[in-house]
Amino acid sequence: MSSLLFLAARSAWNRRLTLGMTLISVALSVTLLLAVERVRHEARASFAQSVAGTDLVVGARSSPVQLMLYAVFRLGEATNNIRWPSYRAIADNPAVAWAIPLSLGDSHHGFPVIGTSPAYFEHFHYGDSQALAFSAGKPFADLFDAVLGAEVAERLGYHVGDRIVLNHGMGEVSLAEHTDKPFTVVGILARTGTPLDRSVHIGLQAMEAIHLDWQGGAPLPGLAIPAEYVRKFDLTPKEITAVLVGLKSRAAVFKVQRQINAYAAEPLLAVLPGVALDQLWQVVAMAERTLLAVSAMVVAVGLCGLVAVVLASLGERRRELAILRSVGARPLEVFLLLSAEGLFITALGALLGLALLTLLTAVLGPLAQAHFGLAIRATWISSDELILLAAVVGIGLIASLLPGYRAYRLSLADGLMPRL
Amino acid sequence: MSETVIEIANLRFRWSPASEFCLGIPCFAAQAGERIFLYGPSGSGKSTLLGLLGGVLVPEEGRINLLGTELTQLRSSSRDRFRADHVGFLFQQFNLVPYLSVIDNVLLSCRFSARRTARATASGGSLHDEARRLLAHLDLEESLHRREVTRLSVGQQQRVAAARALIGSPEIVIADEPTSSLDAERQEAFLTLLSGECAATGSTLLFVSHDRRLAAGFDRELSLASISHTAVNEAA
Ligand SMILES: Nc1ncnc2c1ncn2[C@@H]1O[C@H](COP(=O)(O)OP(=O)(O)OP(=O)(O)O)[C@@H](O)[C@H]1O
Ligand SMILES: [Mg+2]
Repeated sequence: MSSLLFLAARSAWNRRLTLGMTLISVALSVTLLLAVERVRHEARASFAQSVAGTDLVVGARSSPVQLMLYAVFRLGEATNNIRWPSYRAIADNPAVAWAIPLSLGDSHHGFPVIGTSPAYFEHFHYGDSQALAFSAGKPFADLFDAVLGAEVAERLGYHVGDRIVLNHGMGEVSLAEHTDKPFTVVGILARTGTPLDRSVHIGLQAMEAIHLDWQGGAPLPGLAIPAEYVRKFDLTPKEITAVLVGLKSRAAVFKVQRQINAYAAEPLLAVLPGVALDQLWQVVAMAERTLLAVSAMVVAVGLCGLVAVVLASLGERRRELAILRSVGARPLEVFLLLSAEGLFITALGALLGLALLTLLTAVLGPLAQAHFGLAIRATWISSDELILLAAVVGIGLIASLLPGYRAYRLSLADGLMPRL
Repeated sequence: MSETVIEIANLRFRWSPASEFCLGIPCFAAQAGERIFLYGPSGSGKSTLLGLLGGVLVPEEGRINLLGTELTQLRSSSRDRFRADHVGFLFQQFNLVPYLSVIDNVLLSCRFSARRTARATASGGSLHDEARRLLAHLDLEESLHRREVTRLSVGQQQRVAAARALIGSPEIVIADEPTSSLDAERQEAFLTLLSGECAATGSTLLFVSHDRRLAAGFDRELSLASISHTAVNEAA
């Protein structure tokens, strides 16, 4: 056996250029396959981690998936708002324990700004029902106070006490700025690994205040209200974007959902986060499966190339096989010699592919976190990935049997005299 | 010198049931240490006979007895083991594995046979020393041992192959026209080295060629036609 390994290794080393290229193609295809699987897995995990303990998410009537996307994941924008009295009605429902109002639409250097109430810091949960924690400072108390998500503070280098200016609307470069009403950073949240890390939180009244002298997307000409005077106005918001609702008893969730969906004064939509997430995955599943299928095809192409290379080498190795037979190698050993090559390259390719993926997640993970809020952790291999890897190696093994079998047949027919 | 090493009785072989018999040997024997020269025209079945002796081919009828072992009674994997342990082969050309060093090519015989490994170690002190000793005996200087085998001359390659056939002192050495790609002078020298080494280890040498001029120096000279009675050989 050790002789066979020795011969296989020396022979492979002799053809290292061809085999090396084959190895690279197998490794790259494995990296692609694992990357698709990992992004899929991490995206799901990251979405599922984004909200916990919230029984209902309420917004203007649209699709449940869309509501989840803008209210929880800060992706896309709401088409309609909820009027304040509707919020009051929800909050005053006897079955409701707490209701967090959310007002979206502004941004700060591309990070979304959320107008909300202090209840947010008390009731919002993420992950496995973890409460929010402050790495510095405290919740907002005064009108122009802001609380930053961890990513915002880190990327923009903000500390408690810094003054920041918000932009009107979304987008990295915004023309309109609320320069006249700067905010003071009073708190920075600990990292959660959810879209919350990318959010700037201000009070609902502050959201109302900076828009007092605005109409549509621009400041009203000749009507600039200085920051000192805004406190004199009624800062109760007229509209908000969404409401996160916690119930006194989970058992009431369908009853409350029906009540909200049937609310007469305004068309509202209440969704259960888990149900909406499932719907989202159904939408995404098709694309996921296609991606996975394409990357599986790429692996198949890589393995076909491998088999072709090993088969092609057989032609020039016939003499060598006859020599091995003459010194006593059995046809079975010839079979193993040739099969081992393909198997070894597949296994090495799989390992190399995994190493490459680990490197890529280490390098690109922070980028994905910064740009999409998608936390791709440089975790060690998951069981699903392990199954994929095992499948690749298994198929590689089966594919490698082909050159092995061909060599076996050849060496039986050739005996000690290789024919050309 | 009366121990029978090779014994063939009533052997008949054909390549396929549809074709004619290629070999038909009623009786043939070789004694320990004998050096036999077997000649016959091209296509007469010389290589086929060697394949049968090596246990790679199986006769349709008859028996082949090597060193008291009935080859025809063994399973194919046991025949392969038997060949590894007791028979050294040497071919016309392309005898070497291109990706192995000179020494590793010589030691290839030992990789598949514990017996030959043990005997080579006993004789040379270590495997590598024994390989070097044999190569030196076959006039391959030390400086050539490290060269890639593909960059050796054909004559040098044949001597490396001879060392591989001889290492671990197999009882039987079978050579299938190993000199046909050498010029007359080198053929002569190679034959002398080969039979000298066989004499030194007491191996029986079966040397096959279509060129009768090489027969000098052998104990016995046979034509394949004289031992094999088939339509093909009768006509030849
Ligand atoms: N694998 C094979 N299948 C079918 N017939 C074969 C095979 N190998 C050899 N033969 C036939 O068997 C006969 C003997 O061939 P063999 O190679 O033994 O001749 P040879 O005496 O060694 O010739 P040469 O001196 O040219 O090497 C030839 O007629 C050949 O065509
Ligand atoms: Mg021949």
